[in-house]
Amino acid sequence: MVLAWIILLPLLGALINGYHALSCRLRQQKVIHGMVNFVGVGLPFVAFLIALSQGIPFILGAEEPIRENLFSWISVGSLHIEAGLYLDRLSTLMVLIITGVGTLIHLYSIGYMKGDSGYAKYFAYLNLFLTSMLILVLGDNLLLLFLGWEGVGLCSYLLIGFWFEDKAKAQAGKKAFIVNRIGDVGFLLGIFALGVLLLPGAGENAVIFNFEYIESQIGLITVSKVFWLSAPFIITLFLFVGATGKSAQIPLYVWLPDAMAGPTPVSALIHAATMVTAGVYMIARMDFLFDVAPETLHIIAIIGASTALFAALIAMVQTDIKKVLAYSTVSQLGYMFLAMGVGAYAYGVFHLMTHAFFKACLFLGSGSVIHAMSGEQDIRKMGGLKKALPITSMTFLIATMTIAGLPPFAAFFSKDHILWKTYSHGHPILWVMGLLAAFGTAFYMFRLYILTFTGKSRVSEEAKAHLHESPFNMTFALIVLAVLSAVAGFLGLPEVLGGHDWIAHWLHLGSNAAEAHGASHSHTMELLLMGVSVAVATFAILLAFVLYRNGLEGPNKRARAMRPLHNLLTNKFYVDEIYDACVVRPIYYLSQSILFTVIDRKLIDEVLVNRSGRFLAWLGSCVSRIQNGFVNRYAFCFLLAFALMLGIWVFN
Amino acid sequence: MFNFFDQNILNFVIWTPLLGALLLLTIPQKQNLWIKRIALMTVSLTFLFSLHLVCYFKSSSGYQFEIFRPWIPAIGAYYALGVDGFSLWLVLLATLLMPIAVLFSMGSIKEKEKSFYFNLLILETAMLGTLCALDVFLFYLFWEAMLIPMYFLIGIFGHGRKVYAAIKFFIFTLIGSVLMLLAIVYLRQEAEGSFLLDHWSLLALSPQVQGVLFAAFALAFAIKVPLFPLHTWLPDAHTEAPTAGSMILAGVLLKMGTYGFVRFAIPLFPDALLVAKPWIATLAVVGIVYGALVAMVQKDMKRLVAYSSISHLGFVMLGLMALTPQAVTGATYQMVNHGLTSAGLFLMVGMLYDRTHTRLIADYGGIAKQVPLYTFVFLILTFASIALPGTNSFVGEFLILSGSLKELPYQTILATLGVIFGAVYMLWMVERVFFGPLKKDSLKGLKDMNWREVLCVLPIILLVVWMGVKPNFFLSKIEIATQTLTETVQQNQLAKQSLKLQK
Repeated sequence: MVLAWIILLPLLGALINGYHALSCRLRQQKVIHGMVNFVGVGLPFVAFLIALSQGIPFILGAEEPIRENLFSWISVGSLHIEAGLYLDRLSTLMVLIITGVGTLIHLYSIGYMKGDSGYAKYFAYLNLFLTSMLILVLGDNLLLLFLGWEGVGLCSYLLIGFWFEDKAKAQAGKKAFIVNRIGDVGFLLGIFALGVLLLPGAGENAVIFNFEYIESQIGLITVSKVFWLSAPFIITLFLFVGATGKSAQIPLYVWLPDAMAGPTPVSALIHAATMVTAGVYMIARMDFLFDVAPETLHIIAIIGASTALFAALIAMVQTDIKKVLAYSTVSQLGYMFLAMGVGAYAYGVFHLMTHAFFKACLFLGSGSVIHAMSGEQDIRKMGGLKKALPITSMTFLIATMTIAGLPPFAAFFSKDHILWKTYSHGHPILWVMGLLAAFGTAFYMFRLYILTFTGKSRVSEEAKAHLHESPFNMTFALIVLAVLSAVAGFLGLPEVLGGHDWIAHWLHLGSNAAEAHGASHSHTMELLLMGVSVAVATFAILLAFVLYRNGLEGPNKRARAMRPLHNLLTNKFYVDEIYDACVVRPIYYLSQSILFTVIDRKLIDEVLVNRSGRFLAWLGSCVSRIQNGFVNRYAFCFLLAFALMLGIWVFN
Repeated sequence: MFNFFDQNILNFVIWTPLLGALLLLTIPQKQNLWIKRIALMTVSLTFLFSLHLVCYFKSSSGYQFEIFRPWIPAIGAYYALGVDGFSLWLVLLATLLMPIAVLFSMGSIKEKEKSFYFNLLILETAMLGTLCALDVFLFYLFWEAMLIPMYFLIGIFGHGRKVYAAIKFFIFTLIGSVLMLLAIVYLRQEAEGSFLLDHWSLLALSPQVQGVLFAAFALAFAIKVPLFPLHTWLPDAHTEAPTAGSMILAGVLLKMGTYGFVRFAIPLFPDALLVAKPWIATLAVVGIVYGALVAMVQKDMKRLVAYSSISHLGFVMLGLMALTPQAVTGATYQMVNHGLTSAGLFLMVGMLYDRTHTRLIADYGGIAKQVPLYTFVFLILTFASIALPGTNSFVGEFLILSGSLKELPYQTILATLGVIFGAVYMLWMVERVFFGPLKKDSLKGLKDMNWREVLCVLPIILLVVWMGVKPNFFLSKIEIATQTLTETVQQNQLAKQSLKLQK
């Protein structure tokens, strides 16, 4: 039951705070902040401690996973789905990130959400999110993973639309849920296809969606066909469609930038550190299946690299501090999928971890800025905040250097591993795309840093009066995350630099894992490429510095000179507009004007139903004329008929 | 004493509401309070009786609590009642929704109460009888008897074009029933003057005859489900009916159609079914997508929920047509799930209507701040309706879709579109009604749910969660029935194949 408690504690927190929030709203009382904090932050922290106690043996080298069977969830005929938990090295890493970073962000929220009317509700939602996310990574079967998958989607919906009086925010929440649903349908079809393959051969008590069971049946899956295509290809492709939704990849990434409508700690926790990485986790968890589907891996690699580059381009011109970070998240997730696609699962997960640290730090830093600026998010109205926000700017700088890929910060190692594996596994074009994205990343991040924290102040007088560094409970999280993003990279210090690449050996994902750490290419090449990416990043940083050092006039002039390109980027390649014109509007038109008005009301209801009713009424009225009560007419008819019959008789 | 009770439990369950209705007749119209009390006590007592069924239902066998007596020897009709896995939970659904409907109506029906509750109680007896009858003559009697009280409930106590809606409902259903009656008469001849379902299932009918009879039965049931394009009575009837009527209509009456398929149309005419199966499944899928898309553009909340029923019932029909144990179990489960969520949603819309007398989405906006508890409950029902894992509908939809994929691959893949559009229409409505700035000042005084209303939805909410997290308690009681059904059809198929081989 130890693992179950990791999930139950945040659930308990969600129930207590949820009840408290609702009862206070109904009685119009004030929420008891102390209690909400104690429950909302304390319980996730205890969950973190439990996770740590369970995880330490794994970190020290244990290999045998912990299994916990809770109860039988769904059982029909030979289909059994258990509610069981499973902790191995991969899920240990995930659980520690979720509860650890989660607790820090809860702590930060105490300061950030202070004075909000939905304080207790916020913590209830956030705890519920942790619960769902933990189910997602601890579940021992696909269906439990899907339960968590949808649960985090629900919490994301609730938290994006947390300030629902703002229509745009409520709409952003709805958009996130619906776009994710499109992916989820793919995910479900993948599960169904797997079920169709495995169910007929399953024994009496087989739990067919269990990861270990699927792995044991991999031989059967590899040789099977679904429709005319190879089963692993179809199944993994469907599962990946689910991942593009949740992890914001092309073509379903459009919800994530809008999701920034939620409170900033939510963006840090859900839309950067944890939930959006669920797709990466899912692939790592099913590595054995993706290994036998090289076509899918190829698609994943292409989508990942394209997303990384595409989003980095858009991020270069955004002016909203959170939008820059949102597109940055999409781009970094693209890197993770690129890693998955080239079979370097462990490095994808490694980047997932470092990203959780530095991106959470960046988001919380931006939250601190927004907090200080009384809600302003436009970086054109910032500048020179370094003085007023020393800790925030310092931690932000460390995280910025990390994401830019400067050695020896964490992302340098994780990103470089990915690029190196892309190259060494024979994808030079994808490598170039990744490198360009790295250029973009370094550029937009330093642009963001320079515009926000250095140079002349463009802050309005009104906001200037309130400028303040955030309280300790907020900066504490920033400091811890900054330190982590600075040093976490050493877990994956590559062999070429004298390290042991510990994290990859430890996670040991994928069948070609051994090959992946083998030195199939020369060390000189690896060092050379490393040098190239550092050079590219440095060049991008210098460029950002030169361009934005003196504020916005220079860049604005240049933007005007390149107006078409600039417009294309600021309008995010018009993807939202294209979706609206090609999908949303046609479906609405079809439903409103054709299905409802023409087919339902006119054709079926009016023509077929009402008109057949009226026809019968008309028929009745015709026939009723015969029986009109005039006896003389009856007599006339009688005579006529008699004459007719007589005539027939005579002439026959 | 216990033995007597146990042996006659179905009599107690079915006839208690009728007795209550007769008792109501003795109360003067002016004694409002007593009328309500008696109605509530009757339906609650019925619910308690029906709990006996759950407690003593054995997961390991077929029909239970059977009552078997000769009734009209002259025409071969028996008074035969029984419950199996298909009907058990529907009976419970009906007996549970009734007290909720009565409790809710105590606040919203202000005149002609006696006639209202009288009709409601008669309706309950008719519904329960339909679900328990194992003699087709008895079944048909109850089946038709459901129409009359519902007709009055819509026609007298409804809103808007209530008379039009009531007549439309009546005629649509009647057309189907008449053809079914012809088929029943024919079958009685074949069965040598017996109306017993047991006898009928032994008949060896030629495929051609089966085809005609199946068509007659299927039409009657398809109208009730309703299957596209026979659905246009539904939005009118659901929308114009009083809240209690809509609840029962969506919650129980629609299931009579799907129940008819599993009880009669599928097991009696397996050959015809195998021919019709892909077509009916296709119509079901058209209904899923069509219902969802049309629901999306509705301006009236009740009408939106009504169209969503067409979509949800499409899933049930798809599962029944796939005829795998998983899919049929899922479909049976989903009948109950839809009964709970759609009744719950009609209840919620009814509460809002009682306060503001409008059901138009455009008349609301931003009310979440005014009515937090109401919003909370509405959201739970919304997510139950879009089958979020952890709620009951997920279990149903999952079993249906995963069980149908192999048998009906194209239909199932198309049906998953309904999963997406389901989220679209529900969340879009929620957004327009609850979120954004408060639309009108008149909404400021909107009152949150009172105790009576909380009591109404509480059992539904609890069941939504219970049936989503621990469905096995419910599924295990359905299983034998679905196994028997799928095996009947399979064996028939195998017999046909071996016959062909011999030739």
